[in-house]
Amino acid sequence: MTGSRWFAGALVAALALTILFLTLPVLAIFVNTSPGDLLSSLGDQASIDALRLSLETSLIALALILAIGTPAAYLLGTREFRGRALLTTLIELPLVVPPAVAGIGLLAALGPRGVIGDPLNLHLVLETAGVVVALIFVASPFYVRQAQAAFESLDPSLVEASRTLGVGEARTFLRIAIPTAAPGLAAGAALAWGRALGEFGATLMFAGSLRGVTQTAPLAIFERFATDFPAALALSAVLVAVSGALLLGIKLLSGPGPFARAHARSN
Amino acid sequence: MRHAVLAVAVIAVALFAGCGSGGDKPQLTVFGATSLKTAFTNYGDSFEGADVRYSFAGSDELAAQIRQGSMPDVYAAANTKLPLQLYAKKLVDRPVVFAANRLVLAVPARSSKVNSVSDLTKPGVTIAIGSASVPIGSYTRQVLARLGPAQSKAVLKNVKSEEPDVGGIVGKLTQGAVDAGFVYVTDVKAAKGGLTAIPLPPKLQPVVQYGVAVVHGTSHEKQAQAFIAGLTSGEGRQDLLRAGFAAPGG
Repeated sequence: MTGSRWFAGALVAALALTILFLTLPVLAIFVNTSPGDLLSSLGDQASIDALRLSLETSLIALALILAIGTPAAYLLGTREFRGRALLTTLIELPLVVPPAVAGIGLLAALGPRGVIGDPLNLHLVLETAGVVVALIFVASPFYVRQAQAAFESLDPSLVEASRTLGVGEARTFLRIAIPTAAPGLAAGAALAWGRALGEFGATLMFAGSLRGVTQTAPLAIFERFATDFPAALALSAVLVAVSGALLLGIKLLSGPGPFARAHARSN
Repeated sequence: MRHAVLAVAVIAVALFAGCGSGGDKPQLTVFGATSLKTAFTNYGDSFEGADVRYSFAGSDELAAQIRQGSMPDVYAAANTKLPLQLYAKKLVDRPVVFAANRLVLAVPARSSKVNSVSDLTKPGVTIAIGSASVPIGSYTRQVLARLGPAQSKAVLKNVKSEEPDVGGIVGKLTQGAVDAGFVYVTDVKAAKGGLTAIPLPPKLQPVVQYGVAVVHGTSHEKQAQAFIAGLTSGEGRQDLLRAGFAAPGG
């Protein structure tokens, strides 16, 4: 009896500590930013350029992740085949790779002297397209992983019924699988988008930092940190607000289910 | 599972314990400009007074960290302005000048696209420079200002990246991401053949002096002083000269 009460107390304490630790730095950004700083940061053209570039590149990256990641995840989530576990692990690899390593890897693969970049004469480095490539590399596993789990948990009889009714595979995928898995897909998309908005290291190494071209909001924050801490804080606050709003918006749009379900599945 | 958790816990404890006791020597934390990496790393290996731990980054980032309450024992910057600013705020003791460097135009080895400063104005040439706040970036802007407004504007138009420290410029150059970049002559030496230096005409060359200071309130005052003394007259000076730095004023 006392044992279980002791355990319940430990659980609450652990949760409280987790919440406190995770929210404190975010709250501190807002506590330390005066509304004046926030407004002047929003009025600063360089900040606006950086935020706009962040939104543009992350949205393009997200669109490509959804377009290619969804069918890829469908295959992984609905078919049993040899090497599936290995493929899943390969897709998860960028999640555990440090951003600096991701940047080096992208340069070695797609840079002007990279194994693919050189023979194909790719011009991605120091271009906006390079930012998108870096974002896709670091963010797509967040989506594909979640989407795979969402497709895995589809009721097989639903897909089966659709097929027995003579609906083709492609239509079943588009009309049945995607709408049914939508909450899980949306949760994955939100995580991928958030990760893309926050990307720093791989972008800097692969795409560089140039205002209006490759300097995304996190890079602009880093640059301001050296000269103007209040401005760096203000821009951070804006980025947190934007990212938070995106997460919340998608969460509200897709109902209360996806996060709870997605998390239950990944546990 | 329980064994795995236990193993991780044991390793973690061992690592933490290892952090505290690096022999009986005190630990000296040095914030150093990226361009000092080779010279300082060699100096740290032979420094007798303490186990030296380095954090290398753009001098401006390191100064910002100190302003935000970070407490290394020594701060060494690629200019004298940043240490003097921190001195004015009583965050470091009075800085001393300990080395001089030269700016060069660096190009990837085996590249022939850029052969002189005037080539930088050609359309299609790509350039990496330091951001305005990092010393390499502000020296570069001094060089460009001396080219005159028209040429300077043409060069800036070809700039494809403003890097947070000189390491970023070197990386972009060695990867062939850009055709040219302004770096220190010591960076070309440290790149071991990966880069070729094109010297700047004397009238374009800015004065590049490095300042170092003991961080105010350090608990390793004596070791920090000894570290700096070695830079101005001892083993550290030799390591600096070997890396291509010059004596201050020289």
